[in-house]
Amino acid sequence: MAAKLTRPLIYIILIAFSLFYLMPVYVLVITSLKPFDQVSLDTMWQLPQTLDFSSYQTAFSKLAPNLMNSFYLVIPATILSALLGSLNGYVLSKWKFKGSEIVFTVILFGMFIPYQSILIPLIVFLRSIGLYNSIPGLIFTHVVYGLPITTLMFRNFYASIPNPMIESAKIDGANFLKIYGKIMLPLSLTGFIVVAIWQFTNIWNEFLFAVSLTQSDQQPVMVALQNLAGSQVVQWNVQMAGALLAALPTLIVYILLGKFFVRGLLAGSVKG
Amino acid sequence: MNRVSSDRIWSLVFILPSLLLIGIFVYGFISWTGYVSFSNWRSLIPDYSFDGLSNYISLFKDFRFQSDIRNTIFFTILFIGFVALIGQLLAILIDQKIKAESLFRNIFLFPMALSFVVTGVIWQWLLNPSTGVNLLLEKFGIKPLWYVSTDVIPALPIGKIEFGIPVALVAIVIAAVWQMTGFSLAMYLAGLRGIPEELKEAARIDGASEWKVYFKIILPQLRPITMSVVIVMAHISLKIFDLIYAMTGPGANFVTDVPALYMFEKTFRANDYAGGSAIAIILLVSVAIFIIPYLFVNRRED
Repeated sequence: MAAKLTRPLIYIILIAFSLFYLMPVYVLVITSLKPFDQVSLDTMWQLPQTLDFSSYQTAFSKLAPNLMNSFYLVIPATILSALLGSLNGYVLSKWKFKGSEIVFTVILFGMFIPYQSILIPLIVFLRSIGLYNSIPGLIFTHVVYGLPITTLMFRNFYASIPNPMIESAKIDGANFLKIYGKIMLPLSLTGFIVVAIWQFTNIWNEFLFAVSLTQSDQQPVMVALQNLAGSQVVQWNVQMAGALLAALPTLIVYILLGKFFVRGLLAGSVKG
Repeated sequence: MNRVSSDRIWSLVFILPSLLLIGIFVYGFISWTGYVSFSNWRSLIPDYSFDGLSNYISLFKDFRFQSDIRNTIFFTILFIGFVALIGQLLAILIDQKIKAESLFRNIFLFPMALSFVVTGVIWQWLLNPSTGVNLLLEKFGIKPLWYVSTDVIPALPIGKIEFGIPVALVAIVIAAVWQMTGFSLAMYLAGLRGIPEELKEAARIDGASEWKVYFKIILPQLRPITMSVVIVMAHISLKIFDLIYAMTGPGANFVTDVPALYMFEKTFRANDYAGGSAIAIILLVSVAIFIIPYLFVNRRED
């Protein structure tokens, strides 16, 4: 009975919070669809009088090269860091050695370090090997500092593959590589999807490395979006259109593969 | 026998590259930064000569860095508090076998797919002092200045700064909470789903009220989740950079400045590499204080 009475209250609270969480999206979309002269502070809540896509045109022409940079960065970086994470996860879950738990903890700590604490040596290093201000340099950076999280995710994923399966394969004469190739990899598809989504989203959205390791034409889209605001008159409609364009790839991933996104989120929170 | 050892070698071959990379790029580079923080490298020309603690000492005497510490303390408390509370509230409501569960879940989770830069750009517009949310609030006679305010309340003079909550920081808390609530919601929801139904039913049959079931059964079971949420949010909050960079920058009187932002500007705008390194090391130590005990406790439970 008590539970029944509170039903409407539950929905009222949830809907109120939903409106608050959706409000920025509403403002983002309507502002981006207004021509510049209609974007004024006191009409910001009103729907546009006429649909105007010119701000998308402007934003796209400014951001297109950087969007491409982001794709050139994210795709190889995601693939490479998933592969390395899978190798590490396999060893740390199925081929434990003396001290492997400590090794794992030592790797895991890398996930939490503020990247400021390695940034200056990183720049010196990338300069010395000629990869500073280049997409390959950023790819390398993201693969290295993505190792802790991808290792953690694959280790947790492989832990769910039953050990007796590995044992019986060993008895049948399968060696380390065969077990990886014939058992682990074929069973890893979901693991790879979860890790790939997580890395794709994180690398796409990353800002500190992008802003300190690249300049102008090498910059990924998040830095370019931030620079859109740098001009004298802030064209809010263009800013909003740009924000939407820059957010679109990860939003699409989230909408299409939300289930895996959440799984990655939970796996990334160091539970287990 | 022979095969076992060749498997061992293969497992080493698999993991060795990653271990080397982590060893050099995480631990090696941290040591390097640590050394720079004790050096005289304060211009574009590297100078690794030893200068003791002077970079640290001048930081703690610095008005801007003192403001950073204050801002970090209040940002962390407000941010973690709201993310944990709202996330838990929403998770409990969503867990009540409601209709359109996945719709609600998705609404609260989607900001997590955005970057802090996008969030900053949107909320900068929303919380602009003369627009947005404020037009609504003005109808109730409230006129907040949000992120341009330089007020600190309550202002208690400590060192060179006024100690209290900078009003402008609240704007950033709102944006950050908006973005990260989904994380704690997902964590709590997973936790709630893990509590056996029989446990709650048994209590209800014994005549416990819903409140009692919540406080005596559900909350204690969620404690480890709260622990994880606090740890993860604390480390995000301590090193937050992009949201503030995109939304307000350091702010007038440094009311929205944070150590990560100061580190960036000190290093790359002022070319004070030693000073920047010192901030970075302070950041690292503050994160490590939270994370290292947590990692070891978590490992042992495994």
